[in-house]
Amino acid sequence: MKYDGRFGQFGGCYVPEVLIPALEEIEQAFYKYYKDENFVADLDALYREYAGRPTPLYYATRFSKLVGFKVYIKREDLLHGGAHKVNNCLGQGLLAKYMGKTKLIAETGAGQHGLATSMIGALLGMETKIFMGTVDIERQSVNVHKMKLCGAEVVPVEGGTATLKDAINEALRYWTANVTDTFYLFGTACGPHPYPTVVKYFQSCIGTEARAQCLEKIGKLPDIVTACVGGGSNAIGIFSAFYNDKDVKLVGVEPAGKGLDTGKHAAPLMAGSPGILHGTRMYLMQDEEGQILDTESISAGLDYPGVGPEHCLLKDSGRAEYVAVDDEAVLDIFDIFTKCEGILPALESSHALAWVYSQKGKLPADATVVVNLSGRGDKDVGIVEKHRPTRTKTQTNTD
Amino acid sequence: MKKYKEVFNELKRAALIPFFVIGDPDFDTSLEIVKAAIDAGADILELGIAFSDPIADGPTIQKADVRAMGAGMDIGKAKDFISKIKAYKDIPIGLLMYYNLVYQYGTEKFFADFAKAGTNSVLIADLSIDDADEVYEPARKAGLDTVFMVTPNTETQRAKRIAEKCSGFIYTVSLLGVTGGRETLSDMVKPLITRLKSLTDVPVCVGFGVSKPEHAVDLAKAGADGVIIGSKIVKIIEENLDNKQNAPAKVAEFIGQVKQALKQA
Repeated sequence: MKYDGRFGQFGGCYVPEVLIPALEEIEQAFYKYYKDENFVADLDALYREYAGRPTPLYYATRFSKLVGFKVYIKREDLLHGGAHKVNNCLGQGLLAKYMGKTKLIAETGAGQHGLATSMIGALLGMETKIFMGTVDIERQSVNVHKMKLCGAEVVPVEGGTATLKDAINEALRYWTANVTDTFYLFGTACGPHPYPTVVKYFQSCIGTEARAQCLEKIGKLPDIVTACVGGGSNAIGIFSAFYNDKDVKLVGVEPAGKGLDTGKHAAPLMAGSPGILHGTRMYLMQDEEGQILDTESISAGLDYPGVGPEHCLLKDSGRAEYVAVDDEAVLDIFDIFTKCEGILPALESSHALAWVYSQKGKLPADATVVVNLSGRGDKDVGIVEKHRPTRTKTQTNTD
Repeated sequence: MKKYKEVFNELKRAALIPFFVIGDPDFDTSLEIVKAAIDAGADILELGIAFSDPIADGPTIQKADVRAMGAGMDIGKAKDFISKIKAYKDIPIGLLMYYNLVYQYGTEKFFADFAKAGTNSVLIADLSIDDADEVYEPARKAGLDTVFMVTPNTETQRAKRIAEKCSGFIYTVSLLGVTGGRETLSDMVKPLITRLKSLTDVPVCVGFGVSKPEHAVDLAKAGADGVIIGSKIVKIIEENLDNKQNAPAKVAEFIGQVKQALKQA
């Protein structure tokens, strides 16, 4: 490896020897192409014409009125595929093509990354396999169907809690046997080096755009930038543009699931400790011996026991603040925000909105908050109905 | 305490190295199985401590990890297990495990405590030579030998660096993939053994996918100094879960067959 992929004490490349050559090859290709004229032009064209970049920064008038300060929404939900995942998939997919790889594999939780990878697999004419926990297949069946329509094979994963962590385990195992012709298109700013760096780079368009849009639209930088954090790719994508703007507060929102005190959550930054899993040192939900604990969150995309190593460093350095909101608050805001703005937020992104809502009465009227709306909530309508059946029914009747 | 070096020096043939997950399917049965394996001719033992997320393992060893953890295995009991084996016979023991368990225990303390219990080396499946600094000194300080993995896709210069860091043996992965018995040996393994033997005098022990006496013989003939058999043996335990008391004899029978084949090779 050319670089060690460290973020303070976090990060690194803790993988079996068999994967080292493959990761080295990706590192090499990334540094060879990411500033290459042709690569940049190809990616830029795909961002604009395929994905729909730049995404707008939208002033949420009614929601702002409700909370009592100014809320701007970075509309990543408007992207092709319905989430920010396409940014990273186009970047890594194109990289795989430049490297001459013919097959893509990926893990997925909510199915957004699996879907984005399947789309890019179809676009680039590459054979695609998506590893997905059977529990997630059940709760995100629409996305599974879409992946198959794109021509991808969806491989069900049974082990553990049959969610995102187990899907990553299985994708890594498959990769060790197929390293020669297969590119592992990793979905979040986590995992072994060089993924945290690569994914951050391909997601940094979110922050670069948002920062420029703030200056243009509001005439100044925002007071707060907030995003949900599972693995942390959408958050690192928007945060990174504001690192040097010391007056801009960065707030990452983790899933508190049934509540931090119940242990049934997926908030390693709030309630975990440093450990090693899936190739990286990071805050991790684990028992005292280092066995990985089961996680729980209503949003499949955040249901993961670890978190990107750069977020771990941002937490320790104090540059970003991390908080958590529970499933109930998320379900509440899904409803409130949709009623206010006519925009269905993904349950993942709803975590960031729920934190914003919790600041009602705490922030001054001239405060400006940018929320990264990382994905749209169409995929979650069934889950919301299941958890809030009465409310949905009543509202349908009275509307 | 018997060193790897003594075993390799004494043997005129390849060492037989069975692998077990400590506490599979439960502590007592596991102990009986390992003792039976020793009696049947194991030269060195490779033991695993169960982990919740074993990314280098195929389904057979994953299931063994689940069984061991379900039966209450933990780090303290694993240490106790090793002491009990050493009390039964002074046979070299290599641990094969995942980094987080070592890291949470405290790397220096882990190596010191397990060296004291009778362990000869600790191979960490998810730690490559690039991060050897985190474990090399603590291991040497504790008096442990060091073992790292080489795989068929490891470049020669890198393999040389790895060999230089191995004082016990080189854990040579026969194929690209995870653990698990295979019908035939990978065609990558013989060139790999030849390549390694031309680089180093450190013993070359081959594992992953080795599941038959004839595999062991082929590897020995290709120059391997040791043959590691894991999933095939763990599978025998799995097949006897309904009659656990039969597992030690069944495992011993298989190990006896491999031993016999290696002697005649």
